[in-house]
Amino acid sequence: MTSSVSSATITLEVLRYRPGRDQAPAFQSFQVPYREDWVVLDALNYIKDQIDGSLSYRWSCRMGVCGSCGMMVNGTPRLSCAAFLKEYYPATVRVEPLEHFPIERDLVISLDDFMQKLPAVRPWIVRQDDRPLDAGEYRQTPAELDWYKQFSMCINCLLCYSACPVYELEPRFIGPAALALVARYNLDSRDQGREQRQEIAAGPDGVWDCTLVGECSTVCPKDVDPAGAIQRLKLSSALEWVKNVVLPWGRR
Amino acid sequence: MSPYYRPVRFDWWRKRRAYTLFVVRELTSVFIAGYAIVLLLLLRRLAEGREAYEAYLQWLATPGMMAFHIVALAAAVFHSLTWFSLAPRAMAVRIGERRLQPRTILWANYAAWAVVSAIAAWMVLRA
Repeated sequence: MTSSVSSATITLEVLRYRPGRDQAPAFQSFQVPYREDWVVLDALNYIKDQIDGSLSYRWSCRMGVCGSCGMMVNGTPRLSCAAFLKEYYPATVRVEPLEHFPIERDLVISLDDFMQKLPAVRPWIVRQDDRPLDAGEYRQTPAELDWYKQFSMCINCLLCYSACPVYELEPRFIGPAALALVARYNLDSRDQGREQRQEIAAGPDGVWDCTLVGECSTVCPKDVDPAGAIQRLKLSSALEWVKNVVLPWGRR
Repeated sequence: MSPYYRPVRFDWWRKRRAYTLFVVRELTSVFIAGYAIVLLLLLRRLAEGREAYEAYLQWLATPGMMAFHIVALAAAVFHSLTWFSLAPRAMAVRIGERRLQPRTILWANYAAWAVVSAIAAWMVLRA
């Protein structure tokens, strides 16, 4: 077995920050074995198991589903379980915690801000009339499912927030993933909560903060296209405004 | 123990190619605003009489102003093309149960642009 494994190595530069010990984060270099089928997360696991057990980072599923291993890999937000070393070899791989978030320790970021924004957009099916359980489920056709399905694929990995310069400059911005969820539920035929979400989605920190840089959709590992979702919300909000305010027979 | 906040770089728009292109796209509006001012001044000179108007036309024909118009045109075209390419993402049109193809929306936008341009050209050139 050992004879078939090459002795090639690759260098990882990992940004480290130990609260209480370090004044500021600094890079530390590690030499790890290079394997063609290894991803950045495998290399980090090697470091933690073999070189330095104090290295901290989040991960769980290793298969792009849990959304917990997002990191900056050579300056781009990626799931470290989906970033292969062979994409970078023989060059050095630079691993940093996701940008635009406070660093708790090493590669672990603080999720507090997102965790407050997420429930604010009411990402669940809102009904005006709650039917009794024995009335059965709310049914939906495949075409109705198709209408919002893309926006429902989000795994909350936060790569989009890391790619969004608006979120960096304007941290109050509700942000790509949460606004994509507004679109996801507003477009759901079973949902009746659009007006409740509108206050947040079209409010001062909502869709109109977005300047359509589009990088959120570029980095999204699930092809959710949050930028597209936000533009659709802008269009529907603007049309509603025209209907209610500009047209003489509007509601206001 | 408090988390570490990384400082915002003043040159954040240089970090990624897409950011730079975005800033370029936004800056095209400066040239379009400049062109609008040139156009408004033209109306003002026209109101002031024939002499003022012709002097203004002569100023517009100077190399500097010609260059400005070429740059403003390039900026407007760049902004329009990037805008049209994004239109299908903002507009999801459903006809019955089927969603209109993004390509159809894109070409509908270009067609509308061509029609409006043709009408504008006809109004300007018919004299």
